[in-house]
Amino acid sequence: MADAPQIPDEAEVRARWGSFAWSAENEPQVKKIIARYPPGRQQSAVMPLLDLAQRQVGAETNTQGWLPVPVMEYIGAQLGMAYIRVYEVATFYTMYNLAPVGRYHVQVCGTTPCMLRGSDDVLDACYKKGMKKGATTADGLFTLTEVECLGACANAPMVQINDDNYEDLTFDTTTAILDDLAAGRQPKIGPAIDRQTSCPEGGPTSLKEMAGENHDYRGEWTAA
Amino acid sequence: MLADKDRIFTNVYGFQPWNLESARKRGDWDNTKDLMARGQDQIIEDIKASGLRGRGGAGFPTGMKWSFMPKEPKPGKPSFLLINADESEPGSCKDREIIRHDPHKLIEGALIAGFAMRARAAYIYIRGEFIYEAKVLFAAVEEAYAAGLLGKNAAGSGYDFDVFVHRGAGAYICGEETAQIESLEGKKGQPRLKPPFPAGAGLWGCPTTVNNVESIAVAPTILRRGAAWFSSIGREGNKGTKLFQISGHVNKPCVVEEEMGISFRELIETHCGGIRGGWDNLLAVIPGGSSVPLVPAAQIMDAPMDFDGLKALGSGLGTAAVIVMDKSTDIVRAISRLSYFYKHESCGQCTPCREGTGWMWRVMERLRTGEASIGEIDMLHDVTKQVEGHTICALGDAAAWPIQGLIRHFRPEIERRINERSGDLAVAAE
Repeated sequence: MADAPQIPDEAEVRARWGSFAWSAENEPQVKKIIARYPPGRQQSAVMPLLDLAQRQVGAETNTQGWLPVPVMEYIGAQLGMAYIRVYEVATFYTMYNLAPVGRYHVQVCGTTPCMLRGSDDVLDACYKKGMKKGATTADGLFTLTEVECLGACANAPMVQINDDNYEDLTFDTTTAILDDLAAGRQPKIGPAIDRQTSCPEGGPTSLKEMAGENHDYRGEWTAA
Repeated sequence: MLADKDRIFTNVYGFQPWNLESARKRGDWDNTKDLMARGQDQIIEDIKASGLRGRGGAGFPTGMKWSFMPKEPKPGKPSFLLINADESEPGSCKDREIIRHDPHKLIEGALIAGFAMRARAAYIYIRGEFIYEAKVLFAAVEEAYAAGLLGKNAAGSGYDFDVFVHRGAGAYICGEETAQIESLEGKKGQPRLKPPFPAGAGLWGCPTTVNNVESIAVAPTILRRGAAWFSSIGREGNKGTKLFQISGHVNKPCVVEEEMGISFRELIETHCGGIRGGWDNLLAVIPGGSSVPLVPAAQIMDAPMDFDGLKALGSGLGTAAVIVMDKSTDIVRAISRLSYFYKHESCGQCTPCREGTGWMWRVMERLRTGEASIGEIDMLHDVTKQVEGHTICALGDAAAWPIQGLIRHFRPEIERRINERSGDLAVAAE
């Protein structure tokens, strides 16, 4: 498994993350999350807490973040769960990174609806920038992953980079987005073509009034 | 074409803000208290009379599903509504539009549906990758609480009801209702054996109904306009309006609300600018998301897009995620990529699916390159039959059906590749 993610040596991870604790900013958020579930059912909070922890690790390392083992142990202790139950969750869901990733996690959707609209070109644009699937570039800037359907099929092909979707892409627009990120500029989020979200390109074929005003259609309702 | 006044999701493209103030101007949360004053049984009767069938794929009658919940919850066993926003079926992207552009329709629907089934609270399980959408939903729920529409005496109805948002973290299988319950309990999302059904023992062992986002979000408008209005749209057994999501080789892919039973041709001509390269260039369509078998061009062109119309073609409406493929498509690769998807998303619990999805994908790749023998086509079909129906949940079926559809309709194309490749090899050997 030469391509498997490289998890740093355990001693190193323990030295770096052994004293992980919630930041002052996240502490109230943790309380709020646990309160969403009935008393005694706090295990339900494990998924949102893993996400929050990954984000905190990301903020501390200037990357998208990942989940070192001591961080999972910390969450397990907080929720009264055996560590292995936390690990079981962390390894089941794809959004938890089990190894460090780069500043930007470039997640290209490669499932059929995106494939039909040119996700091969999007991947090619990433390869051209020196990225390889499952690896981080030497400068630590980009980690490339081919992911399964991200649910934006009417705006295919698309890529999710950290928290943002970039849609209706081509080789050139993908390249421009990656160039912007590398230069520290924020690319335009959403469709890369002249289009309002999932509305047909060129303007709506229905509900045209809504483009100009917050139209209330109730006046046109008739008794059935 | 459906008239604009009969569309439920008027802000589907997000031209206008999603917030409570704007949503109210569009008619949401308008005297919700009065709708609830009809009483729980009457609301369920109205939804039954409207003919609404679940919008998450299976098409089970929504009102009937609600009626399975206990009329008098036992002490210590409150009932829950679980709203399935784990939209992950390749091709599907409608719940995303509801949540980011019309979240108050969903939240109002949660209150009304939750009240009708006598639930204590609703959890909305939204897929983890919908990061922006979840931000909107959290904020919209907060707005609703601040306005007294949720919580104690929700919307002045005298009924106490909470709505919580729970984010997933990347697992298609969590769209299956019992896997979703497991996941919400803080475990890996592996489906449960049924029975017990969730309405008997679901979330934390309590009675639970799992409904799709669209099924819940249309409920308030159905009640406001009356069951007769909704059931006046569409065909017998296939009533109402539906969000269609058209992707692939059309000139203008989009999401659009239309009447159930609209013909494929009208849907594509009216909203998608036609097929790329014209109707003669159409190869096949996957009409309901990746889990349903494809339909060849000649059969789909004038077919009605609803549950029964597509069932008659050996396929299904599913989530109304319409994946269009023109003649430039490598059809074997298109289906093989779906096989890879199911291999990736198999939860690993049942052997036929865990082993079968990987096996089916590897053979699909052999068929894609032609590096196979003709006998492998029947062998693959035989294996899909061994996976289908032999797993706890429907993921095994969903992995089998696209392959069966391919073999049913495109066997000559698969054989051509194999014959061409063996012909090439024979030439090379000379």
